[in-house]
Amino acid sequence: MRSRPISPHVSVYRFQYTMIGSFTHRVTGVAMSIGLLVLVGWLVAAASGAEAYAAAVALLSSVFFRILLAGWLLAFCYHLFNGVRHLAWDLGFGYEKPEARRSFRVTVVAALVLFAVLAWLLFAARGAAS
Amino acid sequence: MAAVCGTRGRIVSLRTPLGRFLGLGSAHEGAGHWTVQRMTAVAVMPLAIWLIVSLTALPLADHAAIELWIGRGFNPVLLAALLLAVSWHSHLGLQVVIEDYVHGRYAKPLLLLVAGFAHALLAMAGVLAIVRIAVRSIG
Repeated sequence: MRSRPISPHVSVYRFQYTMIGSFTHRVTGVAMSIGLLVLVGWLVAAASGAEAYAAAVALLSSVFFRILLAGWLLAFCYHLFNGVRHLAWDLGFGYEKPEARRSFRVTVVAALVLFAVLAWLLFAARGAAS
Repeated sequence: MAAVCGTRGRIVSLRTPLGRFLGLGSAHEGAGHWTVQRMTAVAVMPLAIWLIVSLTALPLADHAAIELWIGRGFNPVLLAALLLAVSWHSHLGLQVVIEDYVHGRYAKPLLLLVAGFAHALLAMAGVLAIVRIAVRSIG
């Protein structure tokens, strides 16, 4: 392919920590795209009958999948709050540098708090269930 | 590039009159991708929160209870809406990521094709599963 001019990319910018927020939004998004397989698999298993569902529950209850599910939950919490941040930007709010930095910190804290609450309700509070 | 100016010289649009007439924009579809990504985001937010909060109260290992919940009342409609919106949103997001980071002559179109087909299949499989459960719970 003929090389064409492209817009300036990551490497030409001085590092600022709000960059992590933008990059994490993409990473969590891609991670949840893969997680969509599990959501659909769970629904298909439920539709396929008690045996298939029991097999799915056994698989999802494994330590490996518990860690993955917790990861997807954390990804969701971050993507949710950072998504709200993006929508606020789209509406023209919060563009000033101090505002963008503060909203990033708020996003991280809010995501961790929501994750802690949901993880407790989904994993700890119910004991053995998946 | 000429801007379309309204009365008193106020800029109404940055697109040229010819570009507007011909329906041209970035990649010939203007802001369509961008807008749909935001619209599906707004749709997914309440639906995903609803699903996760619902799951916290459900006995997840109990097939009968899960089947009952999926098929009950308005739940299958909301679940199908979530699945369609989230598949669409996921596809649009993944598409942007592939376009930004994959530059191979064959890798890029191939990955975009796979991502598109995978999301279409996932959406259909998921909605079909929901319909199967909903129909069973009626009959």
